[in-house]
Amino acid sequence: MISPSEMKKLKTPEQAVEMIQDGDSLLVGGFGLCGMPFTLIDAIAAQDRARNLTVISNNLGEPGKGLGKLLLTGHLKKAVGSYFTTNRDAVKAWKKGELEIELIPQGTLAEAIRAGGAGIAAFYIKTAVGTKLAEGKEERVFNGERYILVEAIRARVALIKAYKADTLGNLIYSKTARNFNPMMATAADLVIAEVDEIVETGTLDPEAIVTPHNYVDVVVLSRYHKVGGVYIEK
Amino acid sequence: MKNNHPARVRIAKRIARELKAGQVVNLGVGIPTLIPDYLRPDQDVFLQSENGLLGMGPTPPAEEIDMDLISASKHPITFGKGAALFSSSDSFVMIRGGHVDVAVMGALQVSEKGEIANWAVPGEDILGVGGAMDLVAGAKKIIIATMHVNKDGQPKLVRELTYPTSGVRCAELVVTEKAVFAIENGTMVLKEIAEDTNLEEIRRLTEARFEVAADVMPMLV
Repeated sequence: MISPSEMKKLKTPEQAVEMIQDGDSLLVGGFGLCGMPFTLIDAIAAQDRARNLTVISNNLGEPGKGLGKLLLTGHLKKAVGSYFTTNRDAVKAWKKGELEIELIPQGTLAEAIRAGGAGIAAFYIKTAVGTKLAEGKEERVFNGERYILVEAIRARVALIKAYKADTLGNLIYSKTARNFNPMMATAADLVIAEVDEIVETGTLDPEAIVTPHNYVDVVVLSRYHKVGGVYIEK
Repeated sequence: MKNNHPARVRIAKRIARELKAGQVVNLGVGIPTLIPDYLRPDQDVFLQSENGLLGMGPTPPAEEIDMDLISASKHPITFGKGAALFSSSDSFVMIRGGHVDVAVMGALQVSEKGEIANWAVPGEDILGVGGAMDLVAGAKKIIIATMHVNKDGQPKLVRELTYPTSGVRCAELVVTEKAVFAIENGTMVLKEIAEDTNLEEIRRLTEARFEVAADVMPMLV
């Protein structure tokens, strides 16, 4: 077991969540429940100080699960993502006027976050040209094809989920649980990574590291583990 | 659970025949998810899943389920031949950048020019788009898999879209349980007719104007 004295970035989920402020914007990794930082979300749900959060995530988990929990506890002010239809609680909250929703095509969302972490303010993209989601956006033609201008996305805090960290904070991911996590790790002022396991620096294959340690500010250990392939609380 | 209605299976089987060895194919939700069951093992199609995988294999047995490995429909899957993992932004580099050979997707409506509406219903809440618009904008070829009429019996192949469009890019092929249409130079052309219908019925159930191919033939299944 690695102790905080050996690893400066290691914190408890509660200590990590104390760094989140009321009204913050959060990038939260995951595609549905896959690759979602459950432990950090639980720690947010358990506190009352930081509310009115804007969450940027592909969707809002499932009813009562993952980010879906924060809908039930009333911590969210706004959700930015590509697909909310599958969480009926999100639809309900939106109808009651309790949740703002901003819809962005999935690929545009991923690229906007990538740009946000890459020092790119905005970019022209062909997705959604001529649709309702392009309304109000500047359009230009390049090489005979229509493109719309989309601004990059950054947040103050990113909550990401990785499989393993080393004691420096280098990250590797598990299968399709990678999804939005690597780009989110680049696009926030404060990056908190929840991991299943922490290993000694030097034991991860440098060829396999997806997120280098300098992107990661805080590491927390997950309180979930996989049983029969499904994540449950320990 | 998969909806294995015979009409949906027929559409899936017909589209499976259309896919060629070595092609990278993205399958959307609904009818397209039935297609892998009808691909021959030697067909060597590489399935792309927009949540970050090229080389999607079949559903695992219960004891091998790993919820870190799921499809875009959020069902457990396995690695197929030569599987490769990547992030969401890389996945849409692949999709939008023209590196996916075929996207098979469902539709709420298709216009006679091949314009696609598959993300929103007028008058209903618009709270989900997913990767639909990215696939419409970027896939090299778009095949639409759809029932010929909607639940109310209204034609889904229409003159002009009344549902919100998914983009300016048009489909190349439309497969229903009754017919196969190609979009050729902005015109819908009837290529195949299913064995349990006829041209008269297809005309009655299709609002879109279409030409009948000189070599129109029975629908391949």
